Amino acid sequence: MNTDWLLQHSPALIIALPLLAAFLMPVVDRISRKARNVFAIIVLIVEEILVLFLAYDVFGGNPHIYTMGAANPLTTVPAQAAVPIRIVLEVDAMGIFMAMISATVCLAAGIYSLAFIEEEKGKGKYYTLLLLILVGMLGMELTGDMFNLFVFLEVLTIACTALIAYRSNTGDAVEGAFKFLIISSIAALFVLFAIALLYAQYDLLNMAALASAIQYSNLDKIALVLLVAAFAMKCGSVPMHFWTPDAYSVAPASITAILVAASQASLYALFRVCFSLYGVTLNLSTIGGALIIFGLLSMFVGVTMALPQKDIKRLMAYHAISQTGYMLLGVGVGLYLLAKPEFSTYGIKAMEGGIFHIINHAMYKGLLFLTSGAIFYRLKTRNLNEMGGLGHSMKWTAIFFIIGALAIAGIPPFNGFASKLLIYEAAYKVSPILSIIAMLVSILTLASFVKVFHSAFMGPKIYDVEEVPKSMLAGMAVLTFVIILFGLFPGWVVGNIVHPAAQALADQAAYIQAVIGG
Amino acid sequence: MIYSIPFYTVIILILVGMYAMIFRRNLIKMAIGLTIVESAVNLFLVTLGYREGGVAPIYTNLPSGIKIPEGMVLPVPQALTLTSIVIGVAILALMLSLSIMIYRHYGTLDSKKVRRLKE
Repeated sequence: MNTDWLLQHSPALIIALPLLAAFLMPVVDRISRKARNVFAIIVLIVEEILVLFLAYDVFGGNPHIYTMGAANPLTTVPAQAAVPIRIVLEVDAMGIFMAMISATVCLAAGIYSLAFIEEEKGKGKYYTLLLLILVGMLGMELTGDMFNLFVFLEVLTIACTALIAYRSNTGDAVEGAFKFLIISSIAALFVLFAIALLYAQYDLLNMAALASAIQYSNLDKIALVLLVAAFAMKCGSVPMHFWTPDAYSVAPASITAILVAASQASLYALFRVCFSLYGVTLNLSTIGGALIIFGLLSMFVGVTMALPQKDIKRLMAYHAISQTGYMLLGVGVGLYLLAKPEFSTYGIKAMEGGIFHIINHAMYKGLLFLTSGAIFYRLKTRNLNEMGGLGHSMKWTAIFFIIGALAIAGIPPFNGFASKLLIYEAAYKVSPILSIIAMLVSILTLASFVKVFHSAFMGPKIYDVEEVPKSMLAGMAVLTFVIILFGLFPGWVVGNIVHPAAQALADQAAYIQAVIGG
Repeated sequence: MIYSIPFYTVIILILVGMYAMIFRRNLIKMAIGLTIVESAVNLFLVTLGYREGGVAPIYTNLPSGIKIPEGMVLPVPQALTLTSIVIGVAILALMLSLSIMIYRHYGTLDSKKVRRLKE
């Protein structure tokens, strides 16, 4: 195999492979149950390998550009061409960083699903939609084109809605899906309207070309407001967070883990618009300040709403809102400090914290949702009051839950600690109050997970249940492995993966240069 | 002035659609509201693509006296609109099928009564 060829075309292959596999899935499903499972897992593993392969090269310092439909896809669109409109994939360190998260979470959730949905109907369609979610996420993360972003956002929306309503024999699954669909489709229409506003002025759809041409007129500011509102709505930040607990709690647990990654794809789009599209000349401290306020509100409202919950997945969903707050706080502090030259090293540190938290959160929150699914698989309930004594029989699930809970609370040997410490340090430079609130939220998080652990796993043996099947344990083990790895070597991860991603996001000039100047 | 009418229409349609989505309690009416907003955005895109006296860029079927490429219209907004219409149909179908299932489970389409998920 010629690896150069594979490397050059991998941005397109990463999106094309799950897309084709998704529509082959119904055909493979006709052959046999086993063929379908093997096919799904092989596709997800190949996808993960492709992403890691491309990531190795991108983190080595070569952003990849891939022009769809050009005779030579590696040449960018020349400015003097009659029609400067092409679908361009732009893979920089930040994009491939997010792609790694999506591929890993989907792999873990795919392995987990083998046993988890064994008793349900429509498994072939389940895997089709799972692969389509992956396509949507990867498309959003790798594309360099505004309209393409919108299309993949809609692919993601449709696939996610269908899978949230997967257990359609219960009313609440359909209700959660309907809420998600309403919010997502309004958000997508906002995005399309903003794209139309930008196209009306500049006749451009490419993000890098737009970024170099943008004039910051009033229409651009309206477009920015629409884009930020839409993506904040989709990522579940506080003023528009209400769909999150509903959708997260009713979806099958494996899908909830993927939904966390899907929300983060929207978070990525938010950061991409703020940094790469608008970026430099905007008033950075204002945008940073707004993100800090969003972040603080999300952290605090999320965790206080989580404390009284009795439904285990609803509780975790509120924690997801609270953790999204940390990411917004980290990146907001980064933006705020980057505007002040004397603090710019702290600014990069804060962004590293926020971005590192994205991958950490996807891993441990995915793991926690998978363990909640394991409990649901055995007990058929999500109500904490009906659980108890599971630690006697479900030892592995209990261990995975402890690891996830300690990681989310930011206890040292696990990965949550590393990213939270970076955020505390940098937020202290803006105001000590921010760090104090962040730590307080961390303590409340620990408190509510102690409650969950106690009521689910401790106490006398009530239920005579067995450990969950091996494939579910394997799915959880994949995420646990990443958590422990990142917890033990945070310095290496920050230096080699997170720092390039933060730099790629902060450096708008390089992003434009990669497409226009090539 | 007359050329601004489509843009005013877009604003009015968006407001009407948003009103329906926010203040109407019937799920079907919410779906209709969403469709109205979507039509407004599509109208906006199509209006952007209009050039007075421009022709479609079909090289084999050009009227005489049209300069290439100045006399032709760049068909990108139309392409965007087509894509957006297709996506809109998918979303609408999904939304209506969810409404059907909600009606089966709850026996009502009133969004105030479809509230099992309220904690």
